[in-house]
Amino acid sequence: MKRARGAGLAVYAAAAFLFLHLPLLILAIFSFNASRFTIWQGFSLHWYSAALHDTELTDAAWNSLIIAAVATLASTVIGTLCAYGLWKRTSRPLAGSLYLSLVTPEIVTGISLLAFYQWIFRFLRVQLGMHTVILAHVSFSIAYVVIVVIARLRTVDPTLEEAALDLGANEWQAFRYVTLPAILPGVIAAALLAFTVSFDDYVITSLVAGVDSETLPMVIYAIARRGVNPIVNAISALIVLGFGSLVLISERLRSA
Amino acid sequence: MNRLRAWFLAPSWTVVITLFLAPLAIILGYSFLTRGVYGGITAPWTPDSYQRLIDPIYLAILWRSFWIAGVSTALCLLLGFPLALFISRSGARKNIYLALVMLPFWTSFLVRTYAWMFLLRETGLVNTILQKLGLIHSPLPLLYNEGAVILGLVYGYLPFTVLPLYATLERLDRSLLEAAADLGAKPWATLTRVTIPLSAPGIRAGAILVFIPCLGAYLTPDLLGGGKSVMIGNLIQNQFTTARDWPFGAAVSLVLMAIVMVLLFTIARGEGESLL
Amino acid sequence: MERVLELRDVSKHYPSHHAVNGVSLNLARGEFFSLLGPSGCGKTTTLRMVAGFEEPTSGEIRLNGASIQHLKPYQRNVSTVFQNYALFPHLTVRDNVEFGLRRRAGNHIGDRVRDVLDLVQLAGKESRRPAQLSGGERQRVALARSLVLEPDVLLLDEPLSALDPNLRKQVRAELKAIQRRVGITFLFVTHDQEEALSLSDRLGVMNKGILEQVGTPEEIYLRPSTRFVASFLGAVNWIGDVGVRPEAMRIAREASRNGHRSQPATIVHSTFLGNCVHVDTRLSDGKPAVVEISRLGEVFAPGESVHLCWEPADELHFSELRQE
Repeated sequence: MKRARGAGLAVYAAAAFLFLHLPLLILAIFSFNASRFTIWQGFSLHWYSAALHDTELTDAAWNSLIIAAVATLASTVIGTLCAYGLWKRTSRPLAGSLYLSLVTPEIVTGISLLAFYQWIFRFLRVQLGMHTVILAHVSFSIAYVVIVVIARLRTVDPTLEEAALDLGANEWQAFRYVTLPAILPGVIAAALLAFTVSFDDYVITSLVAGVDSETLPMVIYAIARRGVNPIVNAISALIVLGFGSLVLISERLRSA
Repeated sequence: MNRLRAWFLAPSWTVVITLFLAPLAIILGYSFLTRGVYGGITAPWTPDSYQRLIDPIYLAILWRSFWIAGVSTALCLLLGFPLALFISRSGARKNIYLALVMLPFWTSFLVRTYAWMFLLRETGLVNTILQKLGLIHSPLPLLYNEGAVILGLVYGYLPFTVLPLYATLERLDRSLLEAAADLGAKPWATLTRVTIPLSAPGIRAGAILVFIPCLGAYLTPDLLGGGKSVMIGNLIQNQFTTARDWPFGAAVSLVLMAIVMVLLFTIARGEGESLL
Repeated sequence: MERVLELRDVSKHYPSHHAVNGVSLNLARGEFFSLLGPSGCGKTTTLRMVAGFEEPTSGEIRLNGASIQHLKPYQRNVSTVFQNYALFPHLTVRDNVEFGLRRRAGNHIGDRVRDVLDLVQLAGKESRRPAQLSGGERQRVALARSLVLEPDVLLLDEPLSALDPNLRKQVRAELKAIQRRVGITFLFVTHDQEEALSLSDRLGVMNKGILEQVGTPEEIYLRPSTRFVASFLGAVNWIGDVGVRPEAMRIAREASRNGHRSQPATIVHSTFLGNCVHVDTRLSDGKPAVVEISRLGEVFAPGESVHLCWEPADELHFSELRQE
């Protein structure tokens, strides 16, 4: 009886895993389909080539890359420092605000930032553009970085910093030479996470991007809205591959 | 130490205040203003926007959002529980299975939503296969309806129930299950009367983690719902773009935020502290 | 001798309890001083206040005559050997030992590191990481790391408690030898009375935040000033309000006449401990008394009525009210 139930559960689990992974696999497989219809008509790299030659796509991809890189750098630094400060002694208002930023629906974050920018633009002669997107991305990425880094900090022995102070290092040196090296894998993992979150964002970005700062998700969305297009399959496969690798590296680092 | 810590927290405070809290405050203010002639906002201060929400059209959207989010959450819990159970019993391979569950989630959400467009559309894979097998004669309208939205949401957030359920099941005291069996309970009874009740914390955590994003969903109903399943998120987005009625959009946003905060306070009070 | 460390009426009060209450101490240069007491007595808190990790609620701490209680740990010329050693896991032995020296401007770092590693007998293991060392080796790295800075006082927080019991005696002897060689003042915190008695030039006994007595090991053991000190170091038999140590007692078949005190008792049983015998007895008021005799004495049967004898000079009298 138990073995039958165990087998039943295993079958269900297999089906569940298929459910989770099959759609992406099918998407990837059909990115190699020579035809744009669902009938398989031969293997082809045609859509990949088309994607790489589409200037709108490549420009947008480039924008996404720059935005993600800059936002990741900023949010990782700011978030790591924040995690360290919270680890030393928690701040309920700050932790609460960060938690709130995680659970606030993206649409609300997006429109509030849009309203905020428009209000600011009355005083500064600026417009929506790459910088507004980058700032927005920094804002919502910090919470992710803090969570990952603070989890890593909690595995660090607090007496190590005491020893550093005892031996003549001041508080900054204790952080720089003792604690930071210990959490570095976690910081890098957080950075990779922040990168994927930033690169993939659609909702907030679409609201605060300017005319010339289209990102890859925005272009994909526009194409998808018009209907299915194998080019999107190709880009999707590349994105999944890229993100998947980053996440795997990130997970390895988190437990390093 | 306090000086260094203050310096370390300052950048985060700056970002949180200027790029998160201030915008929310502005939205709060806007919700009490009036729509300008060309869009945007203008005086006078009025609670009209909130009163407009009582209109049946908007209440229907609110209800639909709760309905879709509720069904999606229930499905995620139902589908996720056996999977979490399986993983918690799989011994050495636990981490591999957990990674397999989480991996899709960390790839692009947009791509994963698009995948269902690809599969469900009239000339998509599902319809093509069903027709080839002779089960149907004309394509089924699988896409651009509420069912597709729910499917997309379940697909997107299933991992969010698996993880907390797994965590709770993992910590379950095996001897309790053995005691139940010892006292004569059949496997099904043990499941329903011991395992599931003891998993309540995990169920609560998973429910919150799925319900709240589903309630505020925008992309999924937009791409998979085809305009027929307008949810709160779509309504808000619409007010800030096409309709250009910012005060009303702001009011809807704040109502959504209020609902989210109430849910968090009542059901998931301790969760945030353990994370941050 | 000059006073290198002075504590004047130092207290540490927390909202819930007083961890340290009015402790005053003077340490002479080159002295090996132990703070002894049960867990929770405030000895570690006192140590941490000297190190700079806690600030006293009141009182003064002076190093070489200068007040230091407001200084940060890195501004004081004291160094701590932590109970868990707190070695930096990502650094090698050499880098660990060099750590403090690198924070200072100075030359000949390499020479000083080599010398101190020779002193603690870790030469040849400079490139290892803490994870690759045994517990005893890690303890020596922690010691070297602090010694190389030549502090005015070296603070040791129960450094032997994490070691295997069989290793402890050996490490204890090495520690004493090192202290004699370098001549640095050691402030050693422990709950183990054997450690404190064997290592210290002087020791202080603490209980519930109060320093009950300071003195040489002989003074503390033979002339305890409070009941607590008497019973914490060694064992005490209480005959009414008078205390007598087990090793100061003899067992006789008749009451003593020649000026020795005696007390009737009944034998409960004897325990052979190798180098001595502990005889458990019961006094007429029902209280237990243990007598320690060498194994060359008579054998006593359980239930036998005997007399316990001791010299008046070995009695411990206390003026304070008895605490049960």
